[in-house]
Amino acid sequence: MKNLLEIKNLHTIAEDDHDKKILKGLNLKIKKGEIHVIMGPNGSGKSTLANTIFSSPRYIVTEGSISLDGEDITKLATNEIAKKGVFMSFQTPEEIPGVSLAQFLKTTKQSITGEKINLMSFIKEIDKYTKELNMKEEYTSREFNVGFSGGEKKKNEILQMLLLNPKLAILDETDSGLDVDAIKTVSKGINLYKNDENAVLIITHSTKILKGLKVDKVHILVDGKIVKTGDSSLAQEIEENGYKEFLK
Amino acid sequence: MSKTNVEEYIDNKTRNIYNEKTENKSIKKEYGLTKGIIEKISKEKKEPKWVLDIRLKALDTYYKLENPDWGPDISYLHIEDIATYVKPVDKEVRKWEDVPEDIRNVFDKLGIPEAEKTSLAGSGAQFDSETVYHNLTNDLKEKGIIYTSFDEALREYPNLVKEYFTKAVPIHDHKYIALHYALFAGGSFVYIPKNTKLDRPLQSYFRLNAPGAGQFEHTLIVVEEGSELQFIEGCSAPGYNELNLHAGCVELFVKKNAYLRFSTIENWSKNMLNLNTKKCFVEENGKIEWIMGSFGSKVSMLYPLSVLNGEGASCEFTNISFAGKGQNLDTGLKLIHNAPRTTSVVNSKSISKDGGICTFRSNAWVKKQAKGSKLSISCESLMMDSISRSDTIPVDTIETDDVEFAHEATVGKISDEAIYYLMTRGLSESEAKALIVQGFAEPIAASFPVEYAVEMNRLIGLELEGTIG
Repeated sequence: MKNLLEIKNLHTIAEDDHDKKILKGLNLKIKKGEIHVIMGPNGSGKSTLANTIFSSPRYIVTEGSISLDGEDITKLATNEIAKKGVFMSFQTPEEIPGVSLAQFLKTTKQSITGEKINLMSFIKEIDKYTKELNMKEEYTSREFNVGFSGGEKKKNEILQMLLLNPKLAILDETDSGLDVDAIKTVSKGINLYKNDENAVLIITHSTKILKGLKVDKVHILVDGKIVKTGDSSLAQEIEENGYKEFLK
Repeated sequence: MSKTNVEEYIDNKTRNIYNEKTENKSIKKEYGLTKGIIEKISKEKKEPKWVLDIRLKALDTYYKLENPDWGPDISYLHIEDIATYVKPVDKEVRKWEDVPEDIRNVFDKLGIPEAEKTSLAGSGAQFDSETVYHNLTNDLKEKGIIYTSFDEALREYPNLVKEYFTKAVPIHDHKYIALHYALFAGGSFVYIPKNTKLDRPLQSYFRLNAPGAGQFEHTLIVVEEGSELQFIEGCSAPGYNELNLHAGCVELFVKKNAYLRFSTIENWSKNMLNLNTKKCFVEENGKIEWIMGSFGSKVSMLYPLSVLNGEGASCEFTNISFAGKGQNLDTGLKLIHNAPRTTSVVNSKSISKDGGICTFRSNAWVKKQAKGSKLSISCESLMMDSISRSDTIPVDTIETDDVEFAHEATVGKISDEAIYYLMTRGLSESEAKALIVQGFAEPIAASFPVEYAVEMNRLIGLELEGTIG
């Protein structure tokens, strides 16, 4: 089966410090229908990987390539990558004052699909997912993320993932700072989204979010490279022993 | 979503509509500023002597006063180069069909007659120096409401006008108000008798069409005891290379228990010097609401003054300014709390980009007798880039301890993180900026009379609203 995401020998440096090498030859292949997990100590390059896939202006690719569905997306603009079907849930989602959640969702949905959407059916779809995610209905008319708690902001990211329905969803530490119930809700959201045609890349520190998910592969990222790949038992191992054995 | 770029929208798209240039053949133009020209204008208008006396006294005052020693540089303004009087038509009419076709076309494109039909109680239109059209529905005339051009009011209601004219804004206030009184032409007069409420607004539209011309309209509104009025003024001009000048004057009188909402949407072209003066007197439990949107002009200097003279009088001031390349919008407000338990609430937002400058000056004076008064002033600025500027300059004089005063000012730069975030959701960089600006402006835009004001519809949002909602 073809790879949905294929990253070959990826090297990056920081935009504001060209001497700072972050990713140092990273390789990764994700097929449709798979859930991958990336774990690694702080500063190993996990978030850099997520943002480099999205052409973040904060990183420069010096070598290597990123392909989606066989198409090289390394040099595409951030919004073009989104339109190709990549989504990222942010560690710290932005607030957009004066723009309601519903307005935001409609605007982004139209940007991604390039089509004018039917408001009535779209609102029904929003209501369906906010219920599933235990979000209060009133949230959709509130200003985007303004005054939302950390947990509400993360649920909002999952809501967007469900509505935008990307081919590849990258979840960058979506579970960090969440209580047990909120983590369960996030897992529930991932299962709602997941099917044989799409894939999930979860970046995390803990295994809590993985409970209830069918994880295909776990990668250990240390110093800009994937040093070990295994099945879900590898995550359990890390939870118990930490990264000691991978750090020189 | 492709048309949701607010910046470019305001910058270019609207200008296409407003840029309509009209060659006016029946035009009469006077240049410069001399006693002779002023006597000629006055004679042409068949004015009584007391009006000419005001003009001549103002002329004298203009030459005695200096340019302000603060704010934007306007030293390049030479009044000799300005067409100080441009008469577009021979007489004002009551039917749009009677407005000369070339002029009517301009107002048609701006959507003025359409707005009058659908949402206004009355409407007036000024082209260059003179009003070309004024109309009020018959039922309102029967109630004793007066809505005419200022010139007609001088002829038809001289005693009423004389009672208020120059009483809010005196001739010697500053150099450009003196210039205004020397040259004033056009504008509107509104008189709302006691206990009369208008359910729909009146709108006057000012169009400055001739290149290198000045517009000096005078607007005088009296809202008598227990009455209510909403008034909208819209302004626009096509872009020229020559400098245009707008030095209008607005005098407002809000009596006991009366209410006036005065909305202005200014979309001058970027060759305009907008040196405008506005003042309102508010009596016991009366209320003035100012709503201002400043989008155009090369330089604007405009600081409406509200004098809260009666116990319980209040002022609400809502402002949004948008300064782009080469624009210096120096705006703000002045407040005088002159009586006990007077209240003012100020909300101002400004957006600057491509080197544009927005300055907001607030000047509040709470007098000793204004015990139990409340003031809340909030100014927020958004800068789209690092070459643009935004300043907030508060000057407050508080003479009593018995006052609640809150002053808040924030200056923010549009966040790269927010733009990136929106781009990961499929928006282009300019669409992302537009959405952020739209959100920033939303609380102010919501208070504009959007359903009536043609200008505002075009400026901040029908198209945006359309894609959103």
